[in-house]
Amino acid sequence: MSTVQNFEIYVPKLLDRREFFSAGHRACQGCGEVLALRLILKALGDDIVVSNATGCMEIISSAYPQTAWEVPYIHVAFENAGAVASGVEAGLKALRRKGRIPDRYVKSVAIAGDGGTVDIGLQALSGAMERGHDMIFFCLDNEAYMNTGIQRSSATPFMAATTTSPAGKAIKGQRTGKKNVAEIMVAHNVPYVATACPSYPIDLVNKVKKAKAVKGPAYIHVFSMCPTGWRSASEETIKLGRLAVETGVFPLYEVENGKYRMTMEIPKKLRPVGDYLKLQGRFRHLNDEDIERVQALVNKEWRKLMNKVATSKPW
Amino acid sequence: MGKRVGMEVAIAASEAVALCNIDVAAVYPITPQSHMAEHLADIIHDGRIDAEFITVESEHSSISACAGASATGARVYTATSSQGLMLMHEILPIVSAMRLPIVMGNANRAVSGPLNIWNDHTDIMPQRDSGWICMFAENGQEVVDMTIQSFKIAEHPDVMLPVVLNIDGFQLTHMIEPIEFPTQREVNKFLPPRKPFASLHPDHPISMGCFNMPDIFMETMKAKDTALRNSKKTIINIWKEWGRQFGRIYRPVETYKTKGADTLILTVGSMGETASIAVDEMRKKGVAVGLVKLRLWRPFPLDELHDAIKGCKTLIVMDRAVSFGGAGGPVATEIKSLIYHDKGRPRIVNFIMGLGGRDVTVNDFIAMVERAKKKKDETYEYYGVRE
Repeated sequence: MSTVQNFEIYVPKLLDRREFFSAGHRACQGCGEVLALRLILKALGDDIVVSNATGCMEIISSAYPQTAWEVPYIHVAFENAGAVASGVEAGLKALRRKGRIPDRYVKSVAIAGDGGTVDIGLQALSGAMERGHDMIFFCLDNEAYMNTGIQRSSATPFMAATTTSPAGKAIKGQRTGKKNVAEIMVAHNVPYVATACPSYPIDLVNKVKKAKAVKGPAYIHVFSMCPTGWRSASEETIKLGRLAVETGVFPLYEVENGKYRMTMEIPKKLRPVGDYLKLQGRFRHLNDEDIERVQALVNKEWRKLMNKVATSKPW
Repeated sequence: MGKRVGMEVAIAASEAVALCNIDVAAVYPITPQSHMAEHLADIIHDGRIDAEFITVESEHSSISACAGASATGARVYTATSSQGLMLMHEILPIVSAMRLPIVMGNANRAVSGPLNIWNDHTDIMPQRDSGWICMFAENGQEVVDMTIQSFKIAEHPDVMLPVVLNIDGFQLTHMIEPIEFPTQREVNKFLPPRKPFASLHPDHPISMGCFNMPDIFMETMKAKDTALRNSKKTIINIWKEWGRQFGRIYRPVETYKTKGADTLILTVGSMGETASIAVDEMRKKGVAVGLVKLRLWRPFPLDELHDAIKGCKTLIVMDRAVSFGGAGGPVATEIKSLIYHDKGRPRIVNFIMGLGGRDVTVNDFIAMVERAKKKKDETYEYYGVRE
């Protein structure tokens, strides 16, 4: 197992120094998703089994006969990570009870991209959460089908240009806002739901550890910056994550037993959304009026969230 | 030896699953499989066996959950039918490629459209090339025996492939039949707990389901084909072992009154019983007709089929499925291609019959034999269609 060089300098004793996702994988330069994945695995430790949906993280990590995974890993198909992880959980539970594997707690972990979560994987996710399996489902959301060539998903933000929501003369990019799957998970009575972003590593790691402590279902929606799909500079990945949070485009919060809590500092006034949009080629076609429309949507979603933060109580 | 009891076959199938002491079942209800799902739920909820019962939200998720559970080393069962099997279709070849020994009962039912819940084989035939071991039961006793055998076959270190056991919907699932159950002790002796070759656990981390580039994909496909072909030897050995322990003999191809027969009827599944009565009646009248029943569909038992049809002049193949716009029913088309090179091969007459629950009686089989005598060419024909 490889370890980080100069670990004491870079990461002051907060993270497991072991790497569970090996170097040498095939992720793009500046990939925010693989950074999130690496941090998530460090926070989870080694007593896990990962069920991964088809997608970027699967393709960059598992070209036979090589694998980047240092933890037990299974990939079956695109839309079924929730179902496969349900089976893993049930299998481990039964075998442990019957004394056929060591008597030790092992967490079932599902990892999918936004397509494998919010679109094609939503049914399997809903079923798994409704049944209350003891598992964590991570959505690593890079806001489009990046693995197949940047096609829109229902997690693609309003007006973003993708290859199936192009910035045309008649229609300027994505016509709809982002589907809020964290909300859908709260509606499933999932006891721990959170949003996170690898630009805030300590916040991300804390949430993963909290989710792991839940004996039941948990869901974490991870904003995963994608220079390739967003047409942004690879060295600005971390900055983009921070801007998404500071502009309110992707607020960081957690919902514990129905109680909403912001895990970021709540600004008196959000940064203008243009600061975030202008660094990305996918929003290049937006004029001032378009940016205002995006701003209005961000403001509305922010108000909705603030209402929940103010009024929600633990179940 | 256990005693004989009268029981609905679907219920008996789940009782057989219980005897196998499974660890996980993931089942989604669909007619006519539903009694299998319900009874398995009863067994597990009553604590008669120690297993997890996953009430999945679709068949796609039932086979996916089975894949995950099987990958941990658990003994896993699912059951489905028709549209459910079609929904699983995407995952079936992944399960066989990953060598996960899942056992599935399939209550054969017509595939929509139009919607029809009754029996035929149009659900299983499109799954032919999924890399699963695929067999057909003819009656309730065979359903019980073959369910237990299936786990042993699937999990055998020389096989490690999923098995689908076909049980004709309604015509077989909903019949009440006298069935002799082996005792728990006898099953335990025949089928010890699963010993997985590889499994998902942090004590020995492995990656399962890695993707293949073009430089290795063909090798993987050939390996899967080889594994499925090679499984026939183990299947036959396990059936022999069953015969020694329980006295009931199972073969890839079963024959009935084939000696001296110039005409043979070939059936798949429960219609074999009806056909055997037709053969009795025709034999009484001096017609030299016999019956060949294909129990094993994948891997295809070519040698055994050759032995069974040797010397016959006309082979009448009964297909309960259609290959629309194709050369005939799937069973007949396959047999034609397999015996293409045989010297003095029989003339093959192919009837498409019994679709969507259309009854096929003893008299129908007799009529088809008579029709086959008059038929000049080898094109396929629908039997019993009102035009």
